[in-house]
Amino acid sequence: MIVNLVVLLACQLVGEVAARGLGLPVPGPVIGMALLFAALILRPKLAERIAPTTSGLLSHLSLLFVPAGVGVVGHLDTLGQHGVALIAALLLSTIAAIMAGVYVFLAVARLTGAPE
Amino acid sequence: MTPADPAEIWTYLRQDPLLWLTATLVAYSLGDLAFRRAGRKPLVNPVLVAVALLAVLLRLTGTPYQNYFEGAQFVHFMLGPATVALAVPLYANLRLIRSAFWPMLAALAAGSVTALVTAVGIGAAFGLRGETLLSLAPKSVTAPVALGVSETIGGAPNLTAVLVIITGITGAVVATPLLNLFRIRDWRARGLAVGVAAHGIGTARAFQVNETAGAFAGIGMGLNALLTALIAPLLAPWLVALLAG
Repeated sequence: MIVNLVVLLACQLVGEVAARGLGLPVPGPVIGMALLFAALILRPKLAERIAPTTSGLLSHLSLLFVPAGVGVVGHLDTLGQHGVALIAALLLSTIAAIMAGVYVFLAVARLTGAPE
Repeated sequence: MTPADPAEIWTYLRQDPLLWLTATLVAYSLGDLAFRRAGRKPLVNPVLVAVALLAVLLRLTGTPYQNYFEGAQFVHFMLGPATVALAVPLYANLRLIRSAFWPMLAALAAGSVTALVTAVGIGAAFGLRGETLLSLAPKSVTAPVALGVSETIGGAPNLTAVLVIITGITGAVVATPLLNLFRIRDWRARGLAVGVAAHGIGTARAFQVNETAGAFAGIGMGLNALLTALIAPLLAPWLVALLAG
């Protein structure tokens, strides 16, 4: 458990240092995710060890957005003033992204003959 | 020790992390309860319920967000390790990724770029500018990564957090009727597209509809977190300058 947390924090730490040290525009934890992914491919046994900790953490993932979400109290005038524009952008863009993803997937699956 | 005045106790609690940490967990538990009671309908999102309850509570007690965050930061901190942890489900689905590698990669690129470009484009067309427009750019990405991207590109992470949640709810609500309307029957394509466009909330919905769709949605969410983190810092500021400069 403790070792697993150390693995996660160490990946994040290296990610944060790399992002800042190399001036990368990618958030440190995302680099940490890529590092852990690479580590799992190199050492498949690590996946079994770390899975109980990560699934515990990820099963409560949505709780973790609450503190940042409450920060919306500082943006209530933005939401009130631009509510229609924001909702329109979110709705139309989400529909467009779903349709683009679906049709490109189907087209490339047909081209490469990836069986269903 | 003489019993303290209730006003004094309140003064202590208001500045102590304990109260707001507890309030955050209680609000989320109530949100989760409402979500389960409502038969897991995406519209009754536990995060949205919790945020609304806490926002009202802060307003009623006249507590500044900074005071609240001093307590809630212990929860917020876990976003970093949780982002790293997303590598594990991605790895668990490696076999699935290999089985449809090229369609997934192409759909990921198409969905990710479409989500970013149309969000900024439509927002600009409706008159949004600057920080607000930049906050919209990472709206399809899972929240922990979206907050980091928003900060990197000059958006407002707190605004992004709420936009991300609303995007997830939108995707979860519209995906099934939309894809049925267009008679899309490939569960892999449906799942992946929803995961890319509507992250974890869309993925949770995909799992309710079909197991394969859920697995592909999870992959789409994980890969889009990586891809958007790479392309948004290059693409978003340029787009905003072009469309709303």
